[in-house]
Amino acid sequence: MRHLLYSILLIVAIAAAAFTIVGIPGHLSRKPPLEVFPDMDRQAKLRPAQPFDFFTNGLSSQLPPAGTVVRSSPVKTLNGEVYSYQDVPFNTGRVTGTTNFVALNPLPVGSALLQRGRGQFDIYCAPCHGGLGDGNGITKKLGVMPAVISLHDKRIIEMTDGEIFNTITHGKGLMGAYGPTVTAQDRWAIIAYTRALELSRLGSPDELSAEQRAALKK
Amino acid sequence: MIFPKWTNQIPFLIPIGLALVGGAVAAGVTVYCTPKNTRVGYQPVQPVPFSHAVHAGQLGVDCRYCHSTVEKSWFSSIPAASTCMNCHSLILKDDPRLALVRESFTNNTPIPWVQVHIVPDYVYFNHSVHVARGFSCVECHGRVDQMDEVHHAKSLSMSFCLDCHRNPAAFIRPPGKVTDLGWQWSTNAAEAAKLQEVNGKNFVHDWRVESLQSCSACHR
Ligand code: HEC
Ligand code: HEC
Ligand code: HEC
Ligand code: HEC
Ligand code: HEC
Ligand code: HEC
Repeated sequence: MRHLLYSILLIVAIAAAAFTIVGIPGHLSRKPPLEVFPDMDRQAKLRPAQPFDFFTNGLSSQLPPAGTVVRSSPVKTLNGEVYSYQDVPFNTGRVTGTTNFVALNPLPVGSALLQRGRGQFDIYCAPCHGGLGDGNGITKKLGVMPAVISLHDKRIIEMTDGEIFNTITHGKGLMGAYGPTVTAQDRWAIIAYTRALELSRLGSPDELSAEQRAALKK
Repeated sequence: MIFPKWTNQIPFLIPIGLALVGGAVAAGVTVYCTPKNTRVGYQPVQPVPFSHAVHAGQLGVDCRYCHSTVEKSWFSSIPAASTCMNCHSLILKDDPRLALVRESFTNNTPIPWVQVHIVPDYVYFNHSVHVARGFSCVECHGRVDQMDEVHHAKSLSMSFCLDCHRNPAAFIRPPGKVTDLGWQWSTNAAEAAKLQEVNGKNFVHDWRVESLQSCSACHR
């Protein structure tokens, strides 16, 4: 029986040695995971944003060549259906053929657009302008970005929708451009929601029904 | 006597020894050679010491501010340097930790981020179907908003995917809450489990969420 005991001890010793060499399972490690059959795991196909030396800039994702347009389905606006390559207010914020900004949102404003705008505003604008649009986002509260303005400023309220569209798309002054990450449709939704936020502070109690006023007084 | 007496025990000891060695090998393989161990905990060194705990946790920036394609496409984008520069053109604007970001912004060169989560090429994954339907990032990536450096938190093995595909009702949540990683139905665990069961069933029924188990869903 002594031999049995010895062999068990030997196995325990080997296991302990193995643990110390390969480590405790699931702990943090800098080493990339093992792939046993890499030829199936990594095939000769491209993924987005990977290094790839076939192209001169060394990237698998390329920008579309100049003069090409994105294949897309048209978007319904108040002036009919438009495509993303057309020179129309929906894409540029300007009156077609001029540099004048359009006054009003080219999309039909309804509760669906406002809901969408609210979601997108909370993602892309709230970190700086705050959830209420008053300019008190987290970056201002931390004091790291004092330049952020309130969207309830008289100047912004009087600004045309087209000019705000231009600001979001290309950025302005110290504010970066959101054209590359936010689709045109979502930018107009954000503008509709911004107008709703502004209205929420411009309204007077006279616009409410008698019951709503009574509820407010409580 | 050529053979000492203990050799009589050999016929019994051999099977016992084999069983022990075989057991140890099997245990070692299941512990060490399955995705639960090979992937979980993988935390590569990133070129810029970017912290999700600071940006997504403390600042509360929504995941989609940076990973903006996650709802719309199969692929979740890593933000371009211009996204960082929206803030870092003013914040920490001369900090050496951000030198690579500024260089990438001015020269239009990519930042060499190291990809952490990656499925084998024979698997087809899609972010938008999951995220738009109300499956949170936390199910597959863990509490990223508490990580200073991202590490692989879930195994992403086939059985991991199937555990949910067989019973999506146990994981679904309101689609507006997918990027709120700490979100729960209720702070009371028992009540949260009950709400998950009731609402999960309703969501799956009302939105016709499918339970996809055929091989061609993920292998095409
Ligand atoms: C990273 C912080 C930041 C984010 C995010 C941000 N802004 Fe701004 N925004 C600024 C700053 C700073 C200014 C002041 C720019 C200046 O005057 O130089 C500004 C100015 C503006 C202005 C006034 C521009 C003018 O003509 O003076 C508008 C309108 C505006 N932002 C709308 C938005 C909208 C809509 C979003 C969401 C898509 C957004 N901002 C997201 C920082 C931000
Ligand atoms: C919404 C604004 C915002 C955006 C967008 C942003 N940051 Fe930051 N970042 C901050 C703030 C605020 C801090 C904290 C500054 C401080 O500690 O004083 C910070 C801190 C940092 C730090 C220092 C880390 C630390 O632990 O303090 C690094 C590195 C950094 N950011 C990298 C990035 C990178 C890379 C990106 C782009 C993927 C990015 N940031 C995008 C606001 C932002
Ligand atoms: C300020 C920008 C920013 C925000 C906000 C942000 N991320 Fe990230 N994320 C990055 C960058 C940059 C990387 C690449 C560097 C890295 O892996 O740390 C990344 C990487 C990741 C990765 C690892 C990707 C891989 O290679 O496998 C995951 C998962 C992830 N983010 C999830 C999230 C989730 C979930 C949230 C919301 C809670 C979030 N991120 C919010 C910028 C951001
Ligand atoms: C159902 C599981 C699942 C959910 C939910 C999920 N992811 Fe992923 N994520 C994955 C898988 C699998 C990969 C690896 C994909 C690949 O191989 O390209 C991945 C990769 C990523 C990457 C790295 C992409 C790259 O190419 O570097 C980022 C960033 C990311 N996810 C962010 C998010 C964010 C943010 C959310 C929530 C809005 C989210 N994910 C929700 C499973 C998921
Ligand atoms: C937390 C739950 C959950 C996890 C984890 C999960 N899935 Fe899914 N997935 C779903 C649900 C639910 C659907 C069906 C959505 C619908 O009905 O539109 C789905 C759909 C899909 C589809 C779309 C199929 C089609 O018809 O286009 C693919 C591909 C997929 N999943 C792959 C994966 C892979 C690969 C993994 C593991 C890395 C994974 N999923 C992990 C819940 C999950
Ligand atoms: C929900 C998505 C999903 C479905 C459905 C699915 N698989 Fe998989 N499968 C995966 C993922 C993810 C992996 C990669 C696992 C890994 O890398 O750890 C995988 C890996 C595999 C492998 C390689 C195993 C290995 O460890 O190398 C085989 C073989 C396989 N699947 C066969 C099947 C068959 C047969 C079916 C149908 C009965 C099926 N799969 C259905 C997601 C799926």
